Amino acid sequence: MQASSTSSSTETTEKPVISRRLDRIFLALSDVASFVAQFFKEVFMPPYEWKEIVRQCYEVGVRSLPLISLTGFITGIVFTNQSRPSLATFGATSWLPSLISIALVRALAPLVTALIASGRVGSNIGAELGSMRVTEQIEAMEVSGTNPFKFLVVSRVIATTFMIPTLAMFFVFLGVLGSYVNVAQNEKTSFMSFIETFFSSITFLDINSTVIKSIIFGFTIGIVGCYKGYNSSKGTEGVGKAANASVVTSMFLVFIEELLFLQVINAIRAA
Amino acid sequence: MNPKKPVKGPKEAVITIRDLKISFGDLHVLRGVDLDLYQGENLVVLGRSGTGKSVLIKIIAGLLEPDQGSVTVLGEDVRQLNKRELDALRLKLGFSFQNSALYDSMTVRENLEFPLIRNVRNLSRADIDKAVEEALADVGLSQTINQMPSELSGGQRKRIGIARTLILKPEIMLYDEPTAGLDPITSNEINHLINEVQERHNTSSIIITHDLTCAKTVGDRIAMLLDGRFERQGTFDEVFEDSNDERAKQFYEYNFVN
Repeated sequence: MQASSTSSSTETTEKPVISRRLDRIFLALSDVASFVAQFFKEVFMPPYEWKEIVRQCYEVGVRSLPLISLTGFITGIVFTNQSRPSLATFGATSWLPSLISIALVRALAPLVTALIASGRVGSNIGAELGSMRVTEQIEAMEVSGTNPFKFLVVSRVIATTFMIPTLAMFFVFLGVLGSYVNVAQNEKTSFMSFIETFFSSITFLDINSTVIKSIIFGFTIGIVGCYKGYNSSKGTEGVGKAANASVVTSMFLVFIEELLFLQVINAIRAA
Repeated sequence: MNPKKPVKGPKEAVITIRDLKISFGDLHVLRGVDLDLYQGENLVVLGRSGTGKSVLIKIIAGLLEPDQGSVTVLGEDVRQLNKRELDALRLKLGFSFQNSALYDSMTVRENLEFPLIRNVRNLSRADIDKAVEEALADVGLSQTINQMPSELSGGQRKRIGIARTLILKPEIMLYDEPTAGLDPITSNEINHLINEVQERHNTSSIIITHDLTCAKTVGDRIAMLLDGRFERQGTFDEVFEDSNDERAKQFYEYNFVN
């Protein structure tokens, strides 16, 4: 455990600098891989912490609603307003709902929701678990016969994995509403006509890919926050670092995943 | 203040530690520890900060893996147990943490219910409430039941931490620095609580401390950790007042003279 992991890190001190750095990278990667593997092992094994899962879903989902609603609504208004002049040049302002639907469903909703969640939820998870680690609350759970990984990590990762796609869909809904408010003021379009044009431009592939992408983003945000918090050390300084690293790492990974997912979806569309 | 009188009667070891060694990198913390805890006694482990006192009880609870040696708790070799067996053994151990380790997001009631709900099956709501109320009454803090840990004083937190361990009726108590950071009056209350727990629940306890007042009040036997080994063991008088060991004398003088 602690003792053996410390000894393995001291063994590396005698090696050349590049080798030591490589060792550290690979050790960190193997540590992350075993953390993820433990999640998949624990998630299917009873007992299931339903009460804690529901509590975390409330924390991640319901408590993020005001921020997601505001951001979605304003994004809808701003994006519509900013896109209008370009379309007006070609006399194509009637295409605004189509443009908004593609932008919102395919890219903006999952990405912006994930970024907001990284900041709000990821940092919260990192700080909370980090603080529990340094105040020995995690060890207290362990000695009282409770599996802290299942109670703390599994419940949080399940919550982010299910709640972030839900929040992304909510973002789309509020974005559409914001966009319609702007369109209705300028183009005098009826709501039904707006919705009809909106949905005519997107396919099931778009909606499915957004949901799947958001599930991946949610899992990433949850697992990164939990990993950083659960393994934090060095007292209160460690708690701050865990919270910060949770946000930075999950945002970075969300962008990388967005790029990779884009390639996959483009390949599917081309096929 | 008179030292506590040692427990009389037949002695059966509930914890046996032999040749225990652990290092953190180049730092050799425990260098061959031998220790026995007997049924019904309060054993105080004394030592300066950083000598591995807390490490010792974390090894006993299976939270840390030693490099070498054997740890037998209630007849079971802790190092040979699988996860499930270790969890079962841990239920017979009560671990009171240095900073109480109360769950910040839960009320006092939820803190106390937490180990109970997870480890004892088929409990009715009434059984749970009764157990919680009894554990709180044991530590004299029934009125705090609906408070959050952040609303409690340091002494109250320590007491609730002890109540949370008592709720599972452990056979062995492990106290990590029970009086650290407390004023002398509250420390004294905690010391008396440790003795009450021993008498009322017939527990055997290891108390980690560097507070000699605590050691004198609660300890049936004192073991002094010096340079990674227990070099002095015995009653308080044997270890300190009748001793010519310079290190023991220095420890005594810093606590009681300075």
